[in-house]
Amino acid sequence: MRKQLFNVGAILQGLGITFKYMFVKRPTIEYPSIKKQHAPRFHGLHELRRYADGKERCIGCELCSSACPANAITVIGAENAPDARVSPGERHAASYEIDELRCIFCGLCEEACPTDAIVLTPRFEMADYRRGAFVYSKDRLLVPTDAGVGTPPDERPNGIPADLGRVAEVKSTMSVDRGYSATHRGEVLKTERKGLAG
Amino acid sequence: MLIVLVKSAVLLLVVVTTFAYAMLFERKILGWMQLRPGPNRVGPWGLLQPAADAAKLILKEDLTPKTADPLIYRLAPFISLLTAFAVYAVVPFGANGDGSPWAIGDVNAGILFLMAISSVGVYGISLGGWASGSKFPLLGAVRGTAQMISYELSMSLSFVGVLMLAGTTSLTGIVNAQERLWFFIPQALGFIIYVITAVAETNRTPFDLVEAETELVGGFHTEYSGLRFGSFFIAEYVNMLTVSCIATLLFLGGWNAPFGLTLLPGLAWFVLKVGAFMFFYMWLRATLPRFRYDRLMTFGWKVLLPLATLNLVATAAWVALH
Repeated sequence: MRKQLFNVGAILQGLGITFKYMFVKRPTIEYPSIKKQHAPRFHGLHELRRYADGKERCIGCELCSSACPANAITVIGAENAPDARVSPGERHAASYEIDELRCIFCGLCEEACPTDAIVLTPRFEMADYRRGAFVYSKDRLLVPTDAGVGTPPDERPNGIPADLGRVAEVKSTMSVDRGYSATHRGEVLKTERKGLAG
Repeated sequence: MLIVLVKSAVLLLVVVTTFAYAMLFERKILGWMQLRPGPNRVGPWGLLQPAADAAKLILKEDLTPKTADPLIYRLAPFISLLTAFAVYAVVPFGANGDGSPWAIGDVNAGILFLMAISSVGVYGISLGGWASGSKFPLLGAVRGTAQMISYELSMSLSFVGVLMLAGTTSLTGIVNAQERLWFFIPQALGFIIYVITAVAETNRTPFDLVEAETELVGGFHTEYSGLRFGSFFIAEYVNMLTVSCIATLLFLGGWNAPFGLTLLPGLAWFVLKVGAFMFFYMWLRATLPRFRYDRLMTFGWKVLLPLATLNLVATAAWVALH
């Protein structure tokens, strides 16, 4: 006990460490003004894509709904009217709802979709004061007609979609141009993402 | 009379502003030492944080527990606050050409006044803890009382060495006696003892057993909220400032410039020295964990007190022989 009471050297060493750390570069990313770059295939808010002619890709098959482990997706399909087609196929989604509070962002809906209609975007800022606001229906899930067709995850150049807004500075540990390399137990599985789809 | 009032008002303003920014800087420095940016959301570089904190504390609900003794419970924060501020009646911050100090009152027994007032400060803590009628504050208050008594002894003994060297109890006289040699060199042991006991006197890490939020929730101020809690908080920081001022006056040469560097005015040197001491406080808080209670007592009585006595006897012998 006497030794511990008189261990002045340890105290001085500790003071030295704290003083040194005052001048070490801080890793803080000051979030609302500076956003971190996510991986290109980050699982965030869903998006329903369109074809180039503006028709919806979703054919109302409910495979996403069946695949969903959290029962977050509710799809009600309907026949397309021949004179006013919503999707190119026979059927379309009359109602498409995802409860983002139930969703576990696993991406199984994306994998199940036969037409690549439902994709997960890197958008993650969905906070709201009302629980009801987390049930996203087609009005918020569908890509707006003037905003292109939506991008599948493997065609994204980087983790930040243009409409995320207020990206003051991108801090990232990976190269935006070459993508990231994946390793498993020291073995390099993948060095570059595949090229952008034409 | 009017001049004294104006002086007091200005000084009160200065001390409260210093408190506010000492708190901001403490949070900044703690943040930097822990690889965080510290408060930076309110105003540029977080400079309006003290104002935001004050607004928050004022708007909080003022709670009094059912079991509390209402009169003493309400009185305790003011005792802490008043004694913390009262000290500044005698603290000199500089001197005019003719040797008269920049202070509200030039008391020839200034150091005794300081010690007397700072001893009363513990009543705020012990009464507040006692009157809360709750067990954690009571434990905090008991610890506070025991700690204050244990460390105040060594602290006073470390003062006496300085008083003997200076041959006066006037704070201005002590500073003037340090014109050639600051007392932390001949009184090195006394200075170390003072630094340690000063941390203990203000109940700050590693001697913050009175608050000890990991074991006693908030210690003596567990039940306090709003501005009453704020009063204790202000008192703690003002006491920090006080012991920094005392260290500067008694050991670091007050407003005397080091190595004859009279480029800066005396007041600037005083502020720099006090600032350095305050920084040391915050640095300690970021570094050291809290003492265990029995070790705190062992250290106070079995180490600091004998050392302080030894220092006193050695200084007395030296002064008698010269």
